[in-house]
Amino acid sequence: MVKTDIAQEPIGPEHEPETEWMELNMGPHHPSTHGVLRVRLKLDGEIVRDADADIGYLHTGFEKSFEDKTYTQGITFSDRMDYLAPPINNVGFVSAVEKLIGVEVPPRAQAIRVIMMELARVASHELWLGTTGLDLGVYSGFFYAWRDRDLALDLNEAYSGVRMMTSFTRVGGVAWDLPDGWLDQLQRFIDVMPGRLDDFESMLTDNPIWHQRLEGVGVISAAEAIDAGVTGPVLRASGVNYDVRKAFPYCGYENYDFEVPVGTNGDCYDRYRMRVAEMRQSLRILQQAVDNLPSGPWITGDRKVALPPRSELSKSMEAVIHQFRLVSEGFKGPVGDVYAFVESPRGELGFYLVSDGTNKPYRMKVRPPSFCNLQALKKLVQGVLVADVIAIMGSLDFILGDCDR
Amino acid sequence: MNRWSSALPDDALVQRIGDRFGAGLQESSDFRGDLSVVLEPGALVEVANYLKSEEGFDYLLYATAVDWPAREPRFTVVWEVRSLANKTRIRIKTTAGMPDPHVPSLTSVWPAADWHERETWDLFGITFDGHPDLRRILMPQSWEGFPLRKDYVSFGEPVIFSDQKLEGLEPDAIRG
Repeated sequence: MVKTDIAQEPIGPEHEPETEWMELNMGPHHPSTHGVLRVRLKLDGEIVRDADADIGYLHTGFEKSFEDKTYTQGITFSDRMDYLAPPINNVGFVSAVEKLIGVEVPPRAQAIRVIMMELARVASHELWLGTTGLDLGVYSGFFYAWRDRDLALDLNEAYSGVRMMTSFTRVGGVAWDLPDGWLDQLQRFIDVMPGRLDDFESMLTDNPIWHQRLEGVGVISAAEAIDAGVTGPVLRASGVNYDVRKAFPYCGYENYDFEVPVGTNGDCYDRYRMRVAEMRQSLRILQQAVDNLPSGPWITGDRKVALPPRSELSKSMEAVIHQFRLVSEGFKGPVGDVYAFVESPRGELGFYLVSDGTNKPYRMKVRPPSFCNLQALKKLVQGVLVADVIAIMGSLDFILGDCDR
Repeated sequence: MNRWSSALPDDALVQRIGDRFGAGLQESSDFRGDLSVVLEPGALVEVANYLKSEEGFDYLLYATAVDWPAREPRFTVVWEVRSLANKTRIRIKTTAGMPDPHVPSLTSVWPAADWHERETWDLFGITFDGHPDLRRILMPQSWEGFPLRKDYVSFGEPVIFSDQKLEGLEPDAIRG
């Protein structure tokens, strides 16, 4: 609407022309999207009226690819989905297969899995702290967080040979025992991290700017959070005490003494507090795992699913046959469908596995926590300022590789 | 493996659904501690409402589908829900047949089904009647075909061995 004679117009808010909503594209390459995500925002001035998250830029068809690979081959797909917590994806995938075929995992393997998973949780939350701080202007925090995360990646590398895509699980256990001196390195990590977290918290937790940016922003109530289907720290920040490790213990989590931090306000600040508190709990779990690490085998003795040790191959014909069968065609699962789930740093990561009795998954549906949490974005950003969208997206901690698969 | 066992007596739940909805419940199974019920599509929303309001299944985990080309009806559509208070899960299944597979949407019962049903439409081509915003979510809007169907080939490059004749094969035909 073009007004030609402005001086003649009556003045006052009731006579102001209606503003038109502007559509703004945030992404796909916005630095705060942590991957490739495009969000279409409908803006009324600085205020967001509606948002539509356009995902799929990192869709790689992993679910389809799973159908072409044997169960053992599929392990390497699993860690490429959520590339910031690969060990947890490895464990989630094999626990679905283990549930399907009903194989027992030895205690030492379970403890090694717990160690790797908690290391991944610390590493993932550290990265989250660094990048979310970076989005909100805490530039120095990024370098501290990256330095500390690298300690966990060093441990990944020393154990599996790879810093990120560990692929360390096998159906029925883990691929290797812990190398010599690894536990000492882990102990140094456990000793040094609390101080590092204190340093980090001294920078942020009582920082007035950090409070102003996060407190009361992106509030979601417990009922809304359940309706929206979010899990993990986002759900717990709203006051719902649900953590898979406590509610449905796996890998022997029932034997560890730890607490699940639960928030009250359901805002971005509480989500920040949840993650910092979770890192401290993870360090507690790590210490207990180091102190009580069981001895014994690290993979099941069931030769139908696990490779025989190298030393047996020169002595036993049976071992050679098992080796040949496992390497050439893998093992078969019974007909049926199972759902197995673990607690990833982002929430409940589930694998719905349908088997038709062959050596490959007939259908492998992943329930990615990032996908479910990102669904809540539309509700969270309505009525907030554009700058707060960055804080809210950061606080949801989604990983687009996990979301899009 | 007590991790997978449920806290509630599952048989009692299936019994209650059966008593209340009769033929709406087609079959039920309990495999490795996972309770599944197969429902008649017409009874789906009613049973879902009952499960949410009276049995406390407040949390939707995911929705997806499985393609069985040899079966009639061809698709099994799956929703899995959890009761956070009772720590139980139930898998709700129904079927949809070709040529135009469609099932009722459960977004009116569990709003979280929104994106999951969009994804199922996107990758399987199953229409969810009553879904507020059914459009592609992972694939581009202009995509043709439904990638997770079994007749949608992901790796279509046949290997030509030296004893096979190449004559008469167009380069594109080799690539499949």
